[in-house]
Amino acid sequence: MTLAIIDSGGANIGSVIHALKRLGAEPVFTSAADTIRTADRVLLPGVGAAGAAMTRLRELGLIQCIRELQQPVLGICLGMQLLFEESTEDDTPCLGIIPGTLQKMKSSEGIRVPHMGWNTTTSQRADPLLAGLPEKPWYYFVHSYCAPIGPETLATCLHGESFAAIVRQGNFCGAQFHPERSARHGARLLANFLELT
Amino acid sequence: MTRKASNLARRIIPCLDVRDGEVVKGIQFRDHRVMGGIIELATRYSAEGADELVFYDITASPQGRSVDSDWVSLVAEVIDIPFCVAGGIRSVEDARKVLQRGADKISINTPAVQRPGLINELVEEFGSQCVVVGVDSVLQDGVWTTRQMTGIPDQMQQTGRTTLDWIEEVVQRGAGEIVLNCMGSDGTRQGFDIKQLKAARELVNVPLIASGGAGNASHFIEVFEQADVDGALAATVFHNNKVPIPALKEMLSAAGIGVRL
Repeated sequence: MTLAIIDSGGANIGSVIHALKRLGAEPVFTSAADTIRTADRVLLPGVGAAGAAMTRLRELGLIQCIRELQQPVLGICLGMQLLFEESTEDDTPCLGIIPGTLQKMKSSEGIRVPHMGWNTTTSQRADPLLAGLPEKPWYYFVHSYCAPIGPETLATCLHGESFAAIVRQGNFCGAQFHPERSARHGARLLANFLELT
Repeated sequence: MTRKASNLARRIIPCLDVRDGEVVKGIQFRDHRVMGGIIELATRYSAEGADELVFYDITASPQGRSVDSDWVSLVAEVIDIPFCVAGGIRSVEDARKVLQRGADKISINTPAVQRPGLINELVEEFGSQCVVVGVDSVLQDGVWTTRQMTGIPDQMQQTGRTTLDWIEEVVQRGAGEIVLNCMGSDGTRQGFDIKQLKAARELVNVPLIASGGAGNASHFIEVFEQADVDGALAATVFHNNKVPIPALKEMLSAAGIGVRL
């Protein structure tokens, strides 16, 4: 099985690669459209700002390539956010694969933003991506913008407000947290993604 | 304080002081003893349910070099929880090297005191969520004041800054998290410095991590209940297994403190 990790310009890619290797995958870190198009699985990671990431994908000529992918695709953190239509972070148009707009999270008494640390999720419907996970798994989150809950939401998370933590629309999946840094539950989610058919 | 509108867990953070490739621990920042290998301890804590690890290269700043990042890649390979690297990061390039090798955050202390603008530069480049500022603080003439170069006792220096003013400044400059090392309590195992941590908590709304003084599980319950910190960091009690992490988390949970089990 071939697995392409899209080089979207973030600094911390090492941990994603290590996590996949621990699961026996041999990921290729690439920005080449052909490699991405022909891979069995595609991962879209992302750390940083939505605007910078979209600019980079556009410069690399990857926007259309990603939209047309048919194999299982997993967006992680900012990578999941990019699957949506738009982010209010610098009013950035995103890939538009999943409907909805990313909003800045609101801080309040006891609710600090960025949302940073371990939090639980609540699943909304069964899906092979969630196979074998407990009812309230723990994941490691680091983000300031969040996705609205919609029909493609598989699991929600609560931090001041509820937002989409795991999404899936056909072959496109997304996780707002960092599965590569989320101990055994994160590893299970990644393993489930590698096994999607 | 309860967090009804969030299940965000309070964090338990073992701290590994690294010197010459080994994990060491001193008493009040002096008399360091070797506690074990970096990878061995990192693997153990990760498996035991630690929420995050902090590695302090305690000799990096006094020796005027930045962190030797080879072991950072090794740690990133074996653990699946977030970790932070501290010690001698003086520039955006130093930080980039450590982050590229797989660290999730970088923590700065002495270099921030020497050139506070570094905090802004790091935040601009990597975002607040990556940038932790460590503050070493000691009570002097009734006022909490900060120290720098704490890795080597003979080079430890006053900074001319009071702790609370400095904490406010680093948050204004964009720091995403504060680790407050209460040096009066460090290594004494008599409990965290609740009074000082509470004073810091009232000042800032970014995550605050308590450090220094943990001796038993009750100390952790106290600091979360009384000082409302987001995480508690300790070294000795974890290294010598006086406070095993799984049992500590069960106790915290039973006390009504939200932790990841």
